[in-house]
Amino acid sequence: MTWTWFHRLGSPPYVYALAARLTPWFAWPAALLIAGGLWGGLVLAPPDYQQGDGFRIVYVHAPSAWMSLMVYMTMAIAAAIALIWRIKVGHAVAAACAPIGASFTFAALVTGALWGEPMWGTYWEWDPRLTSMLILLFLYLGYMGLRAGLEDTQRADRASALLAVAGSVNVPIIHYSVTWWNSLHQAPSVMRFGKPTMALSMLVPLLMMLAGFTLYFVALLLVRLRGEVLSRERAASWIPEVLKT
Amino acid sequence: MSNETLEVENLHLWRGDRHVLKGVSFTLAAGACLEVTGPNGSGKTSLLRTLCGLMYPEEGRVLWGGHDVRGDLRAFHTALAYLGHEPPLKADLSARENLHYWIGVRRPLSAAELDTALARVGARTWCERLVRTLSAGQKRRVALAGLALLAVPLWLLDEPTTNLDAEGRRLVGGLIAEQLARGGAVVAAVHHELPPEAGPAGRLELAA
Amino acid sequence: MSSRVSSATGSVATRAAAEQGAASATVAAETAAALRAARLALLRDLQLAFRKRSQLVQPLAFFALVTMLFPLAVSPELSRLRAIAPGVLWVAALLASLLALEFLFRDDAHDGTLEQYALSGQSLTWLMFAKTAAHWLLTGVPLALMAPLAALSLGASPAALPGIVASVTVGSVTLSLIGSIGAALTLGIKRSGALLSLLTLPLSLPVLIFGARATELAMHGAPLAAPLELLAALAVLGVTLAPLAAAAAVRISLE
Repeated sequence: MTWTWFHRLGSPPYVYALAARLTPWFAWPAALLIAGGLWGGLVLAPPDYQQGDGFRIVYVHAPSAWMSLMVYMTMAIAAAIALIWRIKVGHAVAAACAPIGASFTFAALVTGALWGEPMWGTYWEWDPRLTSMLILLFLYLGYMGLRAGLEDTQRADRASALLAVAGSVNVPIIHYSVTWWNSLHQAPSVMRFGKPTMALSMLVPLLMMLAGFTLYFVALLLVRLRGEVLSRERAASWIPEVLKT
Repeated sequence: MSNETLEVENLHLWRGDRHVLKGVSFTLAAGACLEVTGPNGSGKTSLLRTLCGLMYPEEGRVLWGGHDVRGDLRAFHTALAYLGHEPPLKADLSARENLHYWIGVRRPLSAAELDTALARVGARTWCERLVRTLSAGQKRRVALAGLALLAVPLWLLDEPTTNLDAEGRRLVGGLIAEQLARGGAVVAAVHHELPPEAGPAGRLELAA
Repeated sequence: MSSRVSSATGSVATRAAAEQGAASATVAAETAAALRAARLALLRDLQLAFRKRSQLVQPLAFFALVTMLFPLAVSPELSRLRAIAPGVLWVAALLASLLALEFLFRDDAHDGTLEQYALSGQSLTWLMFAKTAAHWLLTGVPLALMAPLAALSLGASPAALPGIVASVTVGSVTLSLIGSIGAALTLGIKRSGALLSLLTLPLSLPVLIFGARATELAMHGAPLAAPLELLAALAVLGVTLAPLAAAAAVRISLE
């Protein structure tokens, strides 16, 4: 059966062991890519002709912003799978995603604000990108709040999964409406990424950071997933055996 | 009334760390009654809620007329009536209005039918009063009137005699006997025994 | 011989047609039953609301009160109030609609009505739609009717009022629908007020943005078809998806 791997993912001891085995395969490349990206971005890349060295925060800001959305999508997909096929590990994945995603979103907001100071002369500008990011942070907080509010794990899993799915339907609508709102009230944003003029020596470190952050997220997710599985299965008989080794 | 059989195969239900139902199996033919007993926390209510599809068991299945009820839950629901711990009544509606809405959502209901059911449970004189002014026993009687109006093949009753006096208990027994005579089936979770008027019943004892 | 064959195929064809007819008849009967059930659920909620009028009046009083706070906090000059009026109106409407949400399912969950709905054999989606419709009739419509008074007090001209009523009417549909999901998800949480706002407000932002824009255009006497259509689009999307999600959330709360 080609579907066996899918069903095996429903078995907590298997997932626990698999996560442990996979973690270094993501953690080490992540560390190397991030180290390389930082070296390239902070040392090798030339200063921007307009912003000087201030632009270098993009090497943290852009990957964080990218991850905040990507983690939300991962969370929503895991939640949907868990909801539809009643796969409990999916709920554990979604639950493990939320704090990571919220942290990335927070990092993106802080670095965005720090970058705003040299660019706009103010720490906070109601730029559509930053505003959407702030709303996304509230979506994460709502998800975690609902999880914390419901005492029964099964109910918390399923209710928060539904919220994640409903949120993912809404994210594009929110983003569109915020962009629309912004276009009414001010000139188009000054901040643009991916300009074709971006020098290769600037772009390559950025791409390395993006890849590094993605792998770092997967590694972090695997570690947190093990914690989630352990706490959910604390009464199960396989746990003492696994913890001995 | 259709002669459907309720078959329950090896139900296992977990709530968090707690293994609530540990492999419950039974078969209930049309026209039969099953008493579910057991100490507090033994899963009587969970069993009823799992039977009617509100709770999702980790293992096992419920068959109605040979078909897994998960296949068409709505068709199964039209065939069953579930009465929980608390009568599903609104405090700010009268007994009569409550039945009008509660039963009316399930099937068209005439005023004459309502009157008959209310008279049956002795609610004639107080059926226009708001439910918030009624005693616990009277509320229970209103719920029984609702049950009498639901002539469906399967009744799932959670402690049907709570708060009832001797006459009320006889009423429960009579209603169950009628349901069985029609060829309907009854599963009742009880602390004590069902009233003798209900007739003979099978027994399922749940361990704590 | 050939006539027998043709008559045989003919009978097969008529049987198929009859089966199809029977199937469509049962679908029609089911839809009729679902609509009848939804109508009763709606009437029940309306009747209950009129028995408990204080719950009906509170969101409206809240709306009026929040609107009144702004002249006191900002300035009594109508020219300054006029500039912030669209935002004030919509924030107040959003909060007032949110305030009424806590009651949407709470009593029904408590007394077992939701359980009976879920087990009624009727479509829970339709019943949730009916309950949301009742919520809208009891909060959205009164808010839309009160919005002109609030708008006038903030310096809007009478010519702007029809546009304002229209935008609040359409926008509040979506607010009720989004709120029904949040209210169903937070069932069973004791003090759910703050969490309910945390879940509902971010999802309601598009309504706030388009609604405030429509109000602003109405106050400037400009055509407001574009934001109004966007509001209507949101309402249509909400009507198709929100009752499904609310029904799923209610089922989860009963598990």
